Amino acid sequence: MTDTAQDKADNLTSGFFTTATLQKAVAFAVLVALLLFFSLFAPNFAAWNNMINIMQATAVNGVLGVAVTFVIISAGIDLSVGTMMTLTAVVAGLILTNLGMPLPVGIIGAILFGGFMGSLSGAVIAKLRIPPFIATLGMMQIARGLALLFSGARPIYFNSTPNYGLLSPESSISKLIPGLEIPNGVLIMFGVAIIASIVLNRTIVGRMIFALGSNEEAARLSGINVHLWKIVTYGISGAICGVAGLIVSSRLNSAQPALGLGYELDAIAAVVIGGTSLSGGRGTVMGTIIGAFIMSVLTNGLRVMGVQEEWKIVVTGVIIIFAVFIDNVLRKRT
Amino acid sequence: MADREGPAVQPLAEMSAVEKSFPGVRALDSVRFDLFPGEVHALMGENGAGKSTLMKILTGVYQPDGGEIRIDGKRVTVPDPQTAQSLGISIIHQELFLMNELTVAQNIFIGREPRKGLGVFVDEDRMIRGAAEIFRRMKVAIDPRTEVGQLTVARQQLVEIAKALSYDARVLIMDEPTSALNETEVEHLFSVIDDLKSHGVGVVYITHKMDEVKRIADRVTVMRDGQYIDTLPAADTPMSTIIQMMVGRDLADQHRAEGQGSDDEVLKVVGLNRGSIIRDVSFSLRKGEILGFAGLMGAGRTEVARAIFGADPIDSGDIHVHGQKRRIRSPSDAVAQGIAYLSEDRKHFGLVTGMSVRDNITMASWKRFTSGNVFMRDGSLREAARQYVGKLKVKTPSVNQETRLLSGGNQQKVVIAKWLLRDCDILIFDEPTRGIDVGAKAEIYRLLEGLAAQGKAIIVISSELPEILRLSHRIAVMCEGRITGELDGRTATQEEIMTLATQRQVSAA
Repeated sequence: MTDTAQDKADNLTSGFFTTATLQKAVAFAVLVALLLFFSLFAPNFAAWNNMINIMQATAVNGVLGVAVTFVIISAGIDLSVGTMMTLTAVVAGLILTNLGMPLPVGIIGAILFGGFMGSLSGAVIAKLRIPPFIATLGMMQIARGLALLFSGARPIYFNSTPNYGLLSPESSISKLIPGLEIPNGVLIMFGVAIIASIVLNRTIVGRMIFALGSNEEAARLSGINVHLWKIVTYGISGAICGVAGLIVSSRLNSAQPALGLGYELDAIAAVVIGGTSLSGGRGTVMGTIIGAFIMSVLTNGLRVMGVQEEWKIVVTGVIIIFAVFIDNVLRKRT
Repeated sequence: MADREGPAVQPLAEMSAVEKSFPGVRALDSVRFDLFPGEVHALMGENGAGKSTLMKILTGVYQPDGGEIRIDGKRVTVPDPQTAQSLGISIIHQELFLMNELTVAQNIFIGREPRKGLGVFVDEDRMIRGAAEIFRRMKVAIDPRTEVGQLTVARQQLVEIAKALSYDARVLIMDEPTSALNETEVEHLFSVIDDLKSHGVGVVYITHKMDEVKRIADRVTVMRDGQYIDTLPAADTPMSTIIQMMVGRDLADQHRAEGQGSDDEVLKVVGLNRGSIIRDVSFSLRKGEILGFAGLMGAGRTEVARAIFGADPIDSGDIHVHGQKRRIRSPSDAVAQGIAYLSEDRKHFGLVTGMSVRDNITMASWKRFTSGNVFMRDGSLREAARQYVGKLKVKTPSVNQETRLLSGGNQQKVVIAKWLLRDCDILIFDEPTRGIDVGAKAEIYRLLEGLAAQGKAIIVISSELPEILRLSHRIAVMCEGRITGELDGRTATQEEIMTLATQRQVSAA
């Protein structure tokens, strides 16, 4: 299908500035402003090393944010992403350290297990009609408990998998382009984001998720199998949590079973700051990544400036409220 | 006329020359209504005749554009429902507004609970005594300490009446109060109403049920299309006269459906049942035919449509599509059989308003527009959408326009396009022209006729008699969950339809 003049006209009216894009632009502007501010007022903030620190710190929250983005666009919520991340890391540990299987098996195992657990949440929500908040609150505890049980409440180290560091701290790209020391974990985050974007915007899966989030009943009455697509949505979220589990355990060279609580709130915050509507039907993955960056730039910048750490938490709270306020204002505009 | 017939005392309430317009609709055109103490005054008319609007004005929900309201002969304005209450005007809605988890007494005194202990604590005892006193006056045995949720609907309704009386209501408006009651409960309600009458309360009784009017009302006022028609004594006016007045618009030269479809039976429904909402409904639908479903609101037409479409579960009944018995348990089953349902509430059930025209038109067919069942072929989607936008003449700047920005008529066309693209050949339209302006209506009618001529089988559910008569080859009339009769679309009259639509408890079908 070639682009005709009509297509171009259509694309113009499709609203280059839809609220989602506009809000993504606002979030991006905030990120740039923060970067400028800290570069000017925080000594050494702009140093390349520090930038790498920021990226490294964003990777996990960014990936979890992408997981939650799927669910929130479908008008749901996923509170289990933090502990699910930990559980998948533990599963990777069991496969690699306890069973001594090769690295790819560990990677695939963690991701599939996350996908399976996520689908369970989806099934509970769709078939048993449990509200997503409750279902995933339950799953958050289930995943936490299983992580502790599976690991015997002790960290699992990846010492028998020497190349496990490939998944986060190491920088393969610097071997190709010397000096570009971007850690693999960050590249994985961008990779996940790009794939997620394609899934959301270019595939039938994404189309269904948007339809579910915009008007589930209309979708159902259009003959769409909404149960199936809900299960798929939460399954995708779980699988992406698996990726986050790999990144975080690679960075720590261990699966820490007690980790994870609270990560879900940071992930949801990144999604909201990135302009995805909590009422569903609207949102972008890139917005979420920008949101995750805003949060880590804040943390890092305030630390470099010597501001007491806890202020970052306060400021994040303010930004979340501000982001939703902007969302309301932009939506009223149209 | 009312003045002549009414008792020679001052009316409790009097409305005259009341005007009300909504954007595009003249809802009330110089309407009058009066109510005397101790009388039951029935207010009748088809759906959309303006009864509810008139009562909403009396109870302060709407403000009239013109006319006046007098209470006890004094001219008043009713800016809000609170004022209506303080004027002694109360309404019992068809849907009850009680809080199920609270007790009867708590519901009656909600928002004005008697206090004790420096006004800090609620005086439950006084509330219970107060409620018991009202029930004593009504000669009704209800324990004020019962949770409302534990009561039957009939008794909940009596609680609503008690609540109204606790406000010293003298004008009591009842909107179809018997729609959820059984025979004994209706009799009980009527004896309560008789009792209220003897205490000088005036009752405005909105109903569609002729037998009830005969039984309980003193006078009947009929409205039609926002206009006051007449007020007559209930006892000695024949039912046929009332029906005549309700539908009395002249349709002599109205266009009727042509032809009669084919003999090819596409859909057959046998013995459909769902609780008391759908009772033993059977009918068939032929290729190229438009079957009209007429009836009053709540007759069960929408429920039948949703049941056939798999949107609601059924208790029993068979559905045959193209001669084969099919189990339809979800809308996706129905769509797979080529059945489409177009809801009256397009914004909630028909369209995903935040999505584009393109996505809405293609939504039911997305799987067809993928490469490898995964990637959407947006080019083909756009092409298909554009084709149907052209075919149905949808007015939209582009197929990427969000559907919420389209007019009602164009939204309806988008929904129709969705099902045509999905190759559905059984189309069930629920109020196809609701919220659509007059010009666009004619266009939708022509579209439906065109579809039938192309061989689609169409069901049209409509509360507008002219619409039913204009479109249908055959007309099925429903009342209280049953099909009470079937008429030939070319010869049916409004009177016939209305008679069937108000025919209760007939051993039909």
